[in-house]
Amino acid sequence: MSVLAADGEPLIRWNWIGDHSDELTTLTLHHLKLALLPILFGLIVAIPLGIMCVRWRWLYPPTLGVANVFYGIPSLALFMLFIPYFGIGSGGQADFTIILPLTLFSLSVLVPNVVDGLRSVPEPVRQAATAMGFGTLRRLVQVELPIAVPVIIAGARVAAVASISLVSVGVLIGNGGLGQLFIDGYSRDFTTPIIVSCVLIIVLALFSDGVLVTAQRLLTPWARTRRSNG
Amino acid sequence: MNLTDQINAAWNWLTASAHWSGSDGIPHRLLEHLGYSALALVIAAVIALPLGALVGHTGRGGFLVVSFANLARAVPTLGLLLLVVTVTSIGLTPVIIPLIALAMPPILVNTYEGIRGVDADIKDAAEGMGMKGPGVLLKAEIPVAMPLILLGLRTAAIQVVATATIAAYAGIGGLGRYIVDGLSRKDYPSVVGGSVLVVLLAVIVQVAFIGLRRALVSPGLRGSSRTS
Amino acid sequence: MIRFDGVTKRYPDGTVAVDDLTLEIPSGQITVFVGPSGCGKTTSLRMINRMIEPTAGTISIDGEDIRKKDASDLRRGIGYVIQHAGLFPHRTIIDNIATVPYLLGWDKKKARATALELMERVGLDTKMAKRYPFQLSGGQQQRVGVARALAADPPVMLMDEPFSAVDPIVRNSLQDEFLRLQSEVRKTIAFVTHDIDEAVKLGHRIAVFQVGGVLAQHATPDELLTNPAEGFVTEFLGGEKGLKRLRFNRELDATEEPAQPEIEDDVEAAER
Ligand SMILES: Nc1ncnc2c1ncn2[C@@H]1O[C@H](COP(=O)(O)OP(=O)(O)OP(=O)(O)O)[C@@H](O)[C@H]1O
Ligand SMILES: [Mg+2]
Repeated sequence: MSVLAADGEPLIRWNWIGDHSDELTTLTLHHLKLALLPILFGLIVAIPLGIMCVRWRWLYPPTLGVANVFYGIPSLALFMLFIPYFGIGSGGQADFTIILPLTLFSLSVLVPNVVDGLRSVPEPVRQAATAMGFGTLRRLVQVELPIAVPVIIAGARVAAVASISLVSVGVLIGNGGLGQLFIDGYSRDFTTPIIVSCVLIIVLALFSDGVLVTAQRLLTPWARTRRSNG
Repeated sequence: MNLTDQINAAWNWLTASAHWSGSDGIPHRLLEHLGYSALALVIAAVIALPLGALVGHTGRGGFLVVSFANLARAVPTLGLLLLVVTVTSIGLTPVIIPLIALAMPPILVNTYEGIRGVDADIKDAAEGMGMKGPGVLLKAEIPVAMPLILLGLRTAAIQVVATATIAAYAGIGGLGRYIVDGLSRKDYPSVVGGSVLVVLLAVIVQVAFIGLRRALVSPGLRGSSRTS
Repeated sequence: MIRFDGVTKRYPDGTVAVDDLTLEIPSGQITVFVGPSGCGKTTSLRMINRMIEPTAGTISIDGEDIRKKDASDLRRGIGYVIQHAGLFPHRTIIDNIATVPYLLGWDKKKARATALELMERVGLDTKMAKRYPFQLSGGQQQRVGVARALAADPPVMLMDEPFSAVDPIVRNSLQDEFLRLQSEVRKTIAFVTHDIDEAVKLGHRIAVFQVGGVLAQHATPDELLTNPAEGFVTEFLGGEKGLKRLRFNRELDATEEPAQPEIEDDVEAAER
């Protein structure tokens, strides 16, 4: 099959894929690392931060304000801010030039979700737990966080998919995982690498999304049973 | 260069009078940026709002809509832009297409979820009083779902404004010029200054949506349900 | 008069919710559908305003088959009250009440004037007119629900457990006011409840349903209490003990609240 671009060059040359399989594997793995470490770091920070925002209400509006700013900064600009600290390039310390900004970005999605999730715990449930003698910490870990899991994971899904897409922007400062192939293709007027890397990025995103959905099922078996009964 | 230096440099860049006039001046670039963003957002909304409302109202095709939105979210914007540039040429199309793809998912999903989530009792009462399908949608479902619909539009607007920086890669200006040119010239104040302008624009969008919320969301919904 | 004629409803999944129902709901009176959960009360009620279409049989209002009218037009002429009121959260109380008049194209002033008048009639302070539903208590919301159903002065009202979501004291006063209101407006009312006390208190006639959508007995409260059908109905009324209690309460109500026998007398007088 050959779909032709305007100048007669096929949109995609299949043999290119086989010739570059090693490079594709390396780039894919690096891409995953750059995209998913921020989600992991983001969760580690967002959960305690969200808990604090629920505990001390005054903390939430300013936190949300800062989060919204990070959400609005173009990722490229956010990457730039970190170049002076971790340098440019791919691998080693320079990876943090990508990872840390994306962590900040993921926080802007995760923190509101953690807060919404914790607030979604019905008041009667909270009170029942207190009445049965749960202390604050135990109630948090055994009652409130589990109930908040679906909302938190919903946030992680959005953040992960966005992060996987955003990593590729890093190529403009020389470290973008699969995004590398965008520039390779663009500079040579050659569409195959662009399409292949786009498809791989979409596949990675859908795959991570699937993993998170599965994680949610495993973490919240009660939600599953309720659905199959109802 | 540490953070204070960065801030100082950006401040100097932003306040230099040379940067405020001409076709590479801030006002001109800002208007370009706003123009592309608004165009993409309007097109996305014209497609996604009715579609989301219809699917939410009929309850048919919800799975398809959510799956499509997830797929669209996963498409790397920069990749799509460079692909369209490579296949066609530099210009408006390669900028607008990825931005529409970016804006559609949040509008579509929030509209759909918002309308679908309207309390069954409310729909029941509306029908029971003799409203027809479109009446139920316009007079009951959309007003009740309005907070979520606006949230979707706002998310889309902010993402579009932040991402319209890529217009520079399609050679049609916008605030991205400062970032992209600054990058290639190693002119960091220009990069930071351009970014600050984009962030300011995002903040203005936020504020605009607070106003829209005031205007479009009934006070009856503000007390009971909250959206972030 | 509303008439069910051999009406059956079978849902797509095979559940028979209502089975060959033949029943008359006399004009100007309250007919209560009572029975255990899942016995088809709601389904029967919602077939009257065509929110649900029967699988077989016909329903007519004053001799006219309800299928002859456009469903929406039919509904605008039938008041409908549900358990949690289903108020529109985005509209003020007065606009909620005026919903059907607006739909019918009344002018705004007249619709609002009617709504205000109705607020007084159902015992709501008119100062609440500009409030939103979330600013009202459950009992107040329920009154708004009743006022909204009455707004266009429909001859027929359908009420599905309208008072079951409030506490017993509020429920009692809502019931009393409802009876007082009905003695003024004389609507044809189909009223669903699973509470037999409520049925005996409010109904001129009571239709007892059995699971599977079968009509077990249809009688006036007094007949029902003196002559309950063997088996299911007697059991549903709580056996001998329950019957005794219900009869006792009924006598108490009769001495305290002469409103209801009077209505019956009036209707009988009118029929004679
Ligand atoms: N949409 C539906 N699809 C399938 N079965 C239904 C549907 N709606 C109701 N049913 C079934 O029809 C039967 C009668 O339902 P209905 O709602 O009329 O009961 P009800 O008497 O009003 O009960 P309750 O007192 O609990 O409100 C029940 O067995 C119910 O499960
Ligand atoms: Mg029912």
